[in-house]
Amino acid sequence: MFEKTGIPSRDMIMEKFPSMDRINKGPAAIVECYRQIPCNPCETACRFKAIRVGEDINNIPQINFDKCMGCAICLSKCPGLAIMIADGSKSEDTVEIKIPYEFLPLPEEGQLVKGLNREGAYITDVKVLKVTNPKSFDRTPVITIEVDRKFLYEIRNIRVEV
Amino acid sequence: MKQADIVVIGGGPAGLCAAISAAQSGAGVLIIDKNKNLGGQLIKQTHMFFGSEKQYASTRGIDIPEILMKELDKYREKVEIKTNSTALGLYEDGIITVLEKEDNYYKIEPKAVIVATGAYEKFLSFPNNDLPGIYGAGAVQTLMNVHGVKPGDRVLMVGAGNIGLIVSYQLMQAGVEVKAIIDAAPKIGGYLVHASKIRRMGVPILTSHTVKEAIGQDFLEKAVVWEVDERFNPIPGTEVTFDVDVMCISVGLTPLNELLAMRGCQMKYVPQLSGLVPVRNENYETSVENIFVAGDASGVEEASAAMVEGFLAGLCAAAKIGYKADDFDDRRKDYMNQLNNLRSGPAGSHILMGLEQIRR
Ligand SMILES: Cc1cc2nc3c(=O)[nH]c(=O)nc-3n(C[C@H](O)[C@H](O)[C@H](O)COP(=O)(O)OP(=O)(O)OC[C@H]3O[C@@H](n4cnc5c(N)ncnc54)[C@H](O)[C@@H]3O)c2cc1C
Ligand code: SF4
Ligand code: SF4
Repeated sequence: MFEKTGIPSRDMIMEKFPSMDRINKGPAAIVECYRQIPCNPCETACRFKAIRVGEDINNIPQINFDKCMGCAICLSKCPGLAIMIADGSKSEDTVEIKIPYEFLPLPEEGQLVKGLNREGAYITDVKVLKVTNPKSFDRTPVITIEVDRKFLYEIRNIRVEV
Repeated sequence: MKQADIVVIGGGPAGLCAAISAAQSGAGVLIIDKNKNLGGQLIKQTHMFFGSEKQYASTRGIDIPEILMKELDKYREKVEIKTNSTALGLYEDGIITVLEKEDNYYKIEPKAVIVATGAYEKFLSFPNNDLPGIYGAGAVQTLMNVHGVKPGDRVLMVGAGNIGLIVSYQLMQAGVEVKAIIDAAPKIGGYLVHASKIRRMGVPILTSHTVKEAIGQDFLEKAVVWEVDERFNPIPGTEVTFDVDVMCISVGLTPLNELLAMRGCQMKYVPQLSGLVPVRNENYETSVENIFVAGDASGVEEASAAMVEGFLAGLCAAAKIGYKADDFDDRRKDYMNQLNNLRSGPAGSHILMGLEQIRR
């Protein structure tokens, strides 16, 4: 189905996530790059050598969650915008999710926006905690949102209503 | 008649890299491009590129020409650039004819030529496909990203290859609504990371669908699509109508290389390379001595491969006419490795199959 719709199945998504324990310890990158393509900027971007693609740039990136610091550099460098970050260390009820977002208007910090799933369907309102858009991110802003834990595996995009 | 060591026809990524590599080797280079600016397709690619660092992966396409021009500028005393200049003919006696702007017609006698003229878009036939509002994806991208003009308000994208997917994304960035992306193939042809990022904006991707007809009086008002079976035959009763004022056709590119055919280079139809392409050796030299090819003109791939092919063809063309770089062997090997690396995965397997058929 994925090849027909572009929507990964729940199993595919779960495979890319670290354990809940790991997420509760601090931010971790989730690399949703499911199929082989000739590409490796995620590996090149990571100063902590947490992502490995290897000699053959067609390999699927593998992440070592022990090494990932959740710095979000790879989010802004991935041409597929395939990487997000989840951090469960801040609260019992919510997780902080970071996603790349290349649309205008950018949300404001503190604003409530629509949280969307991987089909673009509305799931729940989410609060924008931070908008990071330094020059080094080269016009790929990273948005940090606060998401109810029960939607951890669902929310992957936002819609900013004007 | 103008004399030149190496004439590069086309200043897109392939041509620019060919020029850098040839000038670096010590040859004089003349670049001819019919456009007002160099950079070819890159000047409208606002997205980040795939590939690896050596092919400027993760850099936005629009920023790559500047990087290449800076590199080229290092050899400025060796390089001449002619824009607004179209190569009209490549004759058996080796002469190139050029039309600069509308009135300056002249001839060049080069020692070697690198043809890097790129590709052109295929179109699709269906009733009323000539209604205003029906564009090629390249035209839409040029309107938006070069001229800053919105092509319309509601779009149906036809074609789910990388170009269809990325132009859909850029349309949404420009505030245009994309109603759906359709493709006759049973699977999405482009990279699935691109597909996923459009899908999560809420845009449906309908595979096994094609255009039935366009409807409109003076301009496009509606597009009717229908499902196709495994043999691409439309299934009556499956029609869906979209209210759109733009239909964007993105069903593939065809290599643009008539100049090579005119010169008498041996050509072969290779579907995996998207059309008629010149037979060539490992150095990208065609069947006619000192005529080289690089980039989409040699078979449609990506800018990443086009750049490496350009570097390789430039290096080898220079060596062929007596400007062999000191590190020729190492560089040649490096470029070949890069090309292999780009093509070694499933996405490149059809390219490798195609290349098998035209090896000299
Ligand atoms: C929408 C879209 C998205 C893309 N996304 C990517 C991507 O993400 N990553 C990637 O790697 N690639 C991408 N590509 C592909 C990439 O742009 C092309 O593969 C690449 O530009 C090919 O380079 P080239 O130099 O062979 O040809 P071109 O870039 O097409 O350049 C050819 C040049 O030749 C000139 N020319 C043609 N005929 C003549 C003549 N007779 N006389 C003088 N000049 C002439 C033209 O004016 C042009 O400047 C994309 C392409 C499109 C259309
Ligand atoms: S978030 Fe930072 S540390 Fe983790 S994989 Fe990405 S770049 Fe590496
Ligand atoms: S940079 Fe992104 S698209 Fe490229 S291999 Fe890494 S995760 Fe996949």
